[in-house]
Amino acid sequence: MFFLDHAWLVPLIPAVSFVVILFFGKRFPQKGSEVGTVAVGASFLLACGTLVQWIKRVQDADHAHGVGAAIGALGRSVGRLGAEGTAAQVAPVVHHLTWFQNAGVRLTVGVQIDGLASIVMFVVTLVSLLVHVYSMEYMRGDRRYTHFYAALSLFTASMLLLVVADNTLQLLVGWELVGLCSFMLIGHWWEEKPNSDAALKAFLTTRTGDIGLLIGVVMTYWLVDRATGGHGSFNILAVNQAASSSKVGHTLVMWTALALLLAIIGKSGQFPLHTWLPDAMAGPTPVSALIHAATMVVAGVYMGARLYPVFWHGLSIGTPGHGGLNAMALIGGITVIIGAALAFVQDDIKKVLAYSTISQLGYMVMALGVGAWTAAVFHLFTHAFFKADLFLGAGSVSHSGSHHSFDMKKDMGGLKKYMPKTYATFVIGSLALAGIFPLAGFWSKDEILVNAGHNGYQAFVVVGLVGAFMTAAYMTRCVYLTFHGEYRGSVEHELAEVHEAEVFAEGDELIEHHLAEEQDSFVPGFGPHAAAAHGDDGHGHGPHESNGFITMPLFVLSFFAVFAGFINAPGVEKFEKWFQPRVAFVDVSTAKFSVILATISVLIALAGIGVGYAYYWLGAGPQRLTDRNPLARSLKHFLVMKYYLDVLYTDIIVGSLKGAIADGVYWVNQHVIDNVLNYAGRGAIGVGRFTYEYIDQRGVDGLVNGLANVTGEAGGEVRRVQTGRLQFYALILVLAVGLFALALWIFT
Amino acid sequence: MLLNQFLMLSAFLFCTGIYGVLTRKHTVLVLMSIELMLAAVNINLVAFGAFHNSVIGQVFALFVLTIAAAEVGVGLAIVLLIYRNSHSADLDDAHALKG
Repeated sequence: MFFLDHAWLVPLIPAVSFVVILFFGKRFPQKGSEVGTVAVGASFLLACGTLVQWIKRVQDADHAHGVGAAIGALGRSVGRLGAEGTAAQVAPVVHHLTWFQNAGVRLTVGVQIDGLASIVMFVVTLVSLLVHVYSMEYMRGDRRYTHFYAALSLFTASMLLLVVADNTLQLLVGWELVGLCSFMLIGHWWEEKPNSDAALKAFLTTRTGDIGLLIGVVMTYWLVDRATGGHGSFNILAVNQAASSSKVGHTLVMWTALALLLAIIGKSGQFPLHTWLPDAMAGPTPVSALIHAATMVVAGVYMGARLYPVFWHGLSIGTPGHGGLNAMALIGGITVIIGAALAFVQDDIKKVLAYSTISQLGYMVMALGVGAWTAAVFHLFTHAFFKADLFLGAGSVSHSGSHHSFDMKKDMGGLKKYMPKTYATFVIGSLALAGIFPLAGFWSKDEILVNAGHNGYQAFVVVGLVGAFMTAAYMTRCVYLTFHGEYRGSVEHELAEVHEAEVFAEGDELIEHHLAEEQDSFVPGFGPHAAAAHGDDGHGHGPHESNGFITMPLFVLSFFAVFAGFINAPGVEKFEKWFQPRVAFVDVSTAKFSVILATISVLIALAGIGVGYAYYWLGAGPQRLTDRNPLARSLKHFLVMKYYLDVLYTDIIVGSLKGAIADGVYWVNQHVIDNVLNYAGRGAIGVGRFTYEYIDQRGVDGLVNGLANVTGEAGGEVRRVQTGRLQFYALILVLAVGLFALALWIFT
Repeated sequence: MLLNQFLMLSAFLFCTGIYGVLTRKHTVLVLMSIELMLAAVNINLVAFGAFHNSVIGQVFALFVLTIAAAEVGVGLAIVLLIYRNSHSADLDDAHALKG
């Protein structure tokens, strides 16, 4: 089992590539991008091998178990799926080294490869590889092209480190590293204030959640300590076993689960800490696809799936009481709805997708909260493909169709006929996201709903269906505004772009004229540098299709968006069998596929599309209601203001704390630190003067000079012996040998 | 076994060699004297080897012969170069290493 045992290579290769690109990237003919792409490609192949070998391991174990069960005694337990005899215990492949040892506590760094890790590794490396290829065209000519690729490599390595982690401490390290990369890449164009602000906001907001992770990780150690009677450990298997142990009090598990839930809220953009994710769209679009749709933001969900027994027992997921509510499902459910609602009022295509991501992450967290482990991971798997597809499609539109604008209302529309490939893949992604049969999103979303109902969380089935309706409607709006109707982008942008690139074309008069109109038009997310970068690739005027570097990843992703769902379609149903842990796990029961529920959800999605079509496309229904009805207007304003959460965070919380903290720090600075520094400074001057006069001038200098004099004198004496006459040397030699012989003769 | 006679012959040769090395002025003669000393050593080695019924002495003697040949080769080359530079093969003229 080469790949299973050598899975540590998967994160290592991009890490090496990061170092190579950082130090030598600019010397390569493609400025380092080929290094990153080849490294991630190698990781992808290794991840594929790992996935295949894991599946084989499960199959072999099941087969052996089935045979053994048939031969074995009648009364023998054959596990949960006893009737079929296919529930062999398949242990994860764990390899670790000692990181450091302190007072009997051994901290390890290692890899734990099981179904969850191998499937997520596959997703991360695949999407990362496609984004690497895509960025070669999208980022071409960027002023920090090499650094961009270095950061992508570092991100891929960190994400994979997080995924393979066999202990919560290493998971924490990977978690913080992906946060750092996210910060670096959101602020890739930091020359513009909004971009660096967005990067800081993302960093600080997720950091709020990370406090929860830090506390949670420490608590996992104590969980194991309690369960094993003094042998604390961060090992994930041990933590999962400890969470199920009867020796651990429920309160401890509950607080651990809540602390870790805070981390999930921060990282995976859950209400109320989701506000950073839409702002993170300030980064380059490939970054949004990779980090803020497919991989990093699902790190929270991944952690929830990895440490699922902690949540299961801590939040009593298995035994829903009071109509089925627990913190995790509640957070997820709220996020589904509020994310989807905000997507309706965005004009920026990437922000629509960002809020959609928030909403879909809500689905995953909700699925974990209602005990649908497989459905959550399955949705993570399918969502990565269609959401990356949508983001890369939006990038393609802005790259070749709308002159680097993401504003659907101002600069897009009617792009269908110019960009048929982008249009086709975008529509496939949208349909998959809306959950239309038989695309990937349908299977995973349906599985969440059916399991929520099965486990007694009826309220969340309704939430899921409402979310599905809203998803279908806002994606219809998005597709309509981007690709249909009349093209609203104008030649003015083209000319402004030429001006910014400082390539003055003929017909200055015309340019002057348009520039006057163009003065106050701000192009969100992009600045002159992007336009300049675009200016030198010499493509034609007006919207057109992107080239193969951009369309190829779109095709691959839309292929997965169509077919990835079949892995768990009724009759196949391999996802649970292959990827659900069977060691140190909880007894989740998975519901069978329900035709009725599936039909309802597809009908609801179709209704969403129909309503969106009627309202935005045909102009039916109460248009301009927000202008006439004050209630509707204030509701829309509430949405546009993003529920006033940003105001709450920056103005009220930060604003009230900032002044007090600043005053306190100023007082401490003036009265305490300055005095200490002054005394320290004077003392240092005195010591320095004493050292100079006595120790340096007299002591050290005297010693050095004395040594030099002695050496010089001795040399002068000794040089007389060196006559340069060979025979004199030979005489001395002979005399010395004679002397030694004499001594030998006398003393023996 | 007449060990003594061999040792005395070798001692005589050795002393002759030393005398030559210390007193001759011509470089080539000094080199020849060194060869005499080496020959004396060889006689010692072979004599003791025969005395102890061992071939090791003769083996060593062969090695010494080889090294002596090499040493003379290098030595004569050096002498030739010195002569070319200073038109003299006199050892007293070669005192560039005087400290």
